[in-house]
Amino acid sequence: MTAYIVRRCLYAVLILIGVNLITFWLFFKVNTPDDMARMQLGSKRVTAEAIARWKVDRGYDKPLFYNADASGAAALTETLYVRKSLEMFRFEFGAADDGRDIAHEISTRMWPSLALALPVFVLGLLACIAFALLMAFFRATAIDFWGVVLCVVMMSVSGLFYIIGGQYLVAKIWALVPISGYAPGFDSARFLLLPVLVGLIAGLGSSARWYRTIFLEEVSKDYVRTARAKGLAETTVFFRHVLKNAMIPILTGVVVSIPLLFMGSLISESFFGIPGLGSYTIEAIQAQDFGVVRAMVFIGSVLYIFGLLLTDIAYTLVDPRVRFD
Amino acid sequence: MECELSKVQNPLNARDLYRVLVVIAITVTFLGGCGRAWNDPYPAAEHGGNTLYSAFSERPKHLDPAQSYTEDENQFIAQIYEPPLQYHYLKRPFALIPGAATELPKPKYFDANNRPLPQNTDAARVAYSIYEINIRPGVRYAPHPAFAVDAGGKPLYLSPDAEGLRGKYRLLDFPQTGTRELSAADYVYQIKRLAHPRVNSPILGHMSDYIIGLKEYAVRLGAEDKKLQAGRKAGEAAFLDLTQYDFEGARATGPHTYQIRVKGKYPQFVYWLAMPFFAAVPVEADRFYAQPGMAARNITLDWFPVGTGPYMLTENNPNARMVLERNPLFRGEAYPAEGEPGDEKAGMLTDAGKLAPFIDRIIYSREKESIPYWNKFLQGYYDQSGISSDSFDSAVRVGASGETGLSPEMEQRGIRLETSVATSSFYLAFNWIDAVVGGGGDPVQRERAKKLRQAISIAVDFDEFISIFANGRGISGQGPIPPGIFGFRDGPEGINPVVYERDASGVVRRRSLEVSKRLLAEAGYPGGRDAKTGQPLVLYLDTTARGPGDKPRLDWYRKQFDSIGVQLDIRTSDWNRFQEKVRKGNTQMFFLGWNADYPDPENFLFLLYGPNSGAKTGGENKSNYQNTEYDSLFERMKSMDNGAERQAAIDRMVAILREDAPWSWGFHPRDYGLYHAWLTNVKPNQMARNSLKFYRVDTALRAGKRAEWNQPVLWPVPLFILLLALSALPAWRSWRARENRVARVSNADINAGTGGGVE
Repeated sequence: MTAYIVRRCLYAVLILIGVNLITFWLFFKVNTPDDMARMQLGSKRVTAEAIARWKVDRGYDKPLFYNADASGAAALTETLYVRKSLEMFRFEFGAADDGRDIAHEISTRMWPSLALALPVFVLGLLACIAFALLMAFFRATAIDFWGVVLCVVMMSVSGLFYIIGGQYLVAKIWALVPISGYAPGFDSARFLLLPVLVGLIAGLGSSARWYRTIFLEEVSKDYVRTARAKGLAETTVFFRHVLKNAMIPILTGVVVSIPLLFMGSLISESFFGIPGLGSYTIEAIQAQDFGVVRAMVFIGSVLYIFGLLLTDIAYTLVDPRVRFD
Repeated sequence: MECELSKVQNPLNARDLYRVLVVIAITVTFLGGCGRAWNDPYPAAEHGGNTLYSAFSERPKHLDPAQSYTEDENQFIAQIYEPPLQYHYLKRPFALIPGAATELPKPKYFDANNRPLPQNTDAARVAYSIYEINIRPGVRYAPHPAFAVDAGGKPLYLSPDAEGLRGKYRLLDFPQTGTRELSAADYVYQIKRLAHPRVNSPILGHMSDYIIGLKEYAVRLGAEDKKLQAGRKAGEAAFLDLTQYDFEGARATGPHTYQIRVKGKYPQFVYWLAMPFFAAVPVEADRFYAQPGMAARNITLDWFPVGTGPYMLTENNPNARMVLERNPLFRGEAYPAEGEPGDEKAGMLTDAGKLAPFIDRIIYSREKESIPYWNKFLQGYYDQSGISSDSFDSAVRVGASGETGLSPEMEQRGIRLETSVATSSFYLAFNWIDAVVGGGGDPVQRERAKKLRQAISIAVDFDEFISIFANGRGISGQGPIPPGIFGFRDGPEGINPVVYERDASGVVRRRSLEVSKRLLAEAGYPGGRDAKTGQPLVLYLDTTARGPGDKPRLDWYRKQFDSIGVQLDIRTSDWNRFQEKVRKGNTQMFFLGWNADYPDPENFLFLLYGPNSGAKTGGENKSNYQNTEYDSLFERMKSMDNGAERQAAIDRMVAILREDAPWSWGFHPRDYGLYHAWLTNVKPNQMARNSLKFYRVDTALRAGKRAEWNQPVLWPVPLFILLLALSALPAWRSWRARENRVARVSNADINAGTGGGVE
């Protein structure tokens, strides 16, 4: 197992270099350091000297990949790519263009994101599995039929509708929870109740329908027939055998998304005023802040690779047929 | 096939269900009785305070007064820093009054031989001006750890290395604070900071053209800083002590007096003295924040401002909220005793002479989306709000003759509507160096291009634009100067005769499309085709609008040009490329806007001054307009005092512009603001950003209204639980039936093809 993890980590380094390179190239294909300076300095009364000064101060006065003015190794090291992008591998995120420390910003924003994403994830998973099991258990009955209809309806409605509708009904008309905002500690529960509920309902339709399909596929397998032939109760068949075996395909989609919970949700955080990481990348792209963009892409890539690794490990735990070698 | 069902057990008996509902009802009632609305977004500890609740949508980038140049940032720092001058809160037209200064400075003029000149000297003779500013004695800074000293008078929190900052991540982690008296040297220090190589002030370039020696000073500081920082890592920059480097442009001549030397005669300089760029910054704060490790902890002057104004920033979390609290050491400022006619009747002078500020705390919450912001305003959780286009119809009622008023729902809630025309211009610019719409060097071609621009100015109906895309919130432009600025002409003489005409009954109306088509034909494009080649005339509009939401506007533009037979090709690009095209003059037409820096016509007319050409000199004349007579008039007008002579010069300049039509004059937006009944002393002021000190809140009224408007509706909670339980009932019954089935195969199993189970 250790050898497998080490091997995957080495692959990960290569993937991260590739992601880093593509992010860097794409960003500077769209934005030049001059554009970044203008964005920070504003569009009024900005002179060429001010732009030049800003670039020198922020280290954006170097060429992208090759410095013809430098000699030897410095021709490669005294470049924007090495100075700004490769630092990531030491987890040195540096400062955003507005001068604020990126690592501090991420560590501050991560917790509100998790406070929202984690309950939505856990409760959503439980609700979806329970609902899917219910439909599968009562397959080909009215419960199953109307359950599927409900799923299709729910997945056809835009997530934004759930948010605006939830805010209007629960927070405005019924005045049961605040419309938006956030507070640290236990007081956060008041603010998270509605977004968690909305997140849960918004994700229920598609996930429950997918899990139902997985359960139905398992139900039709021979070992289920054998279990029934042995005289096991239907509940025992479902909860002890079907559920466990159906977890393998479910794990594929679920475990990989666990690390990404840190990255937050853009729309929910924006509408519910939760100061998380969801909007950090988008705001940075709009502000042409390369420091934040590269950091968030890098962290996103690391977490995704970590999620895939976790998924592989989880396979071996739930399916004895899967081995690392 | 027949199915045999056993007796089904009831999953929840009626008594259990009743018990559950009672428990829920008791819990709900208990929570409701806590004396605070359930949907109150503010912590209980902050309840009932003398607080103003507002919101912001964009996080501020800079709170350093040398860097901040946007409205989003000014709403915070204008309450914290005190420039020497400020705008009168109530008077219109906008009038400068002393802020931290004791009186308005009168510039002294000198010739090249340092001989004093009289006040009415012609600008050409003035070599330089001296502004001597006296500041009020006894003004003190808000408490701040940078001023904290030990018994020996040494700063408490100056550490040679980052070790001294162990465990300190916020300003609150420095428990001791101190203060000191404001001095003239602090104002001089801030002017020097404009040239600091690492501050990157956006006005350094502009001010270098006026403040004597500032340009050279910036070069000198750059060299000194380079030496100082040699060998240091990024983020560990050493403190560049500007007190060690003087320059002739700004110097303190006494503890409460300082002088600024300005090249030539620049009457608009006094307006700059009312902006945070020229507020005082204490060197102690700069030195405190420059300590190693501070920047890495986000403890910087750009993050935690320190000033002498009525408020101080006590919480800076731009992702969630910003909190300003009353500066306990603020000198106090009397509420104005005079204003415009009608202010007294409107109750704006009730607090005349009383010492401001009247509010203890201002809480700004971050609201990125307009819908939650609007709903929270309606719930009473924000004291004031703008009106987004989403909520315009529910907030404002437009009468048959176009007059606007509040909707019945708003009136019922006691909400007030305040409107004011923004000191801004939004216009369609024609690129003067483009051969088709600018005309180039050939006089005949220039005349043709002029007719073409005039034809387009008539055809693009901005009155309709305001009506469709701005909910009627704006007035159509008759020239570059917006209302409220000296030089603006109201009434018949303010009408642009190229685009508008007066009919027989005296009503002003837009000239007809027939006039536009005639001008187009005179320009050499009869029916929208080149008279010589017969080719259709295709014009190009550059814009950044390209999303689905922009389509109606882009279609409207096409329709306007199509109305005179001209084809419009819209070229969309991102903001960077758009700016680059405009900067290089690679455009034909584009939309742009300008917000006033200060209420002087020079601040608008310079946008069309030839030597400011964007393509040639990188200036703000983005349409690259050139007219010798206009330029000459501008040079005279800019240094004149407001009066008949200046008005005459402006009238002539505006007449030239209307005839030449380098812009289609677009419109001046009208700002709409809504205020709850408990927020008083509010009068929109497009220039003054430091007005919150004059606002007053009736906290008892607010608390009552909030409680009234936010009664929780409880019945959905037990109903929801009941529905959930009822929806589980069929499943429960079905399961029980299946469990109690006896050796029979159900229809469902047969249909599903699974064979069913056996008991």
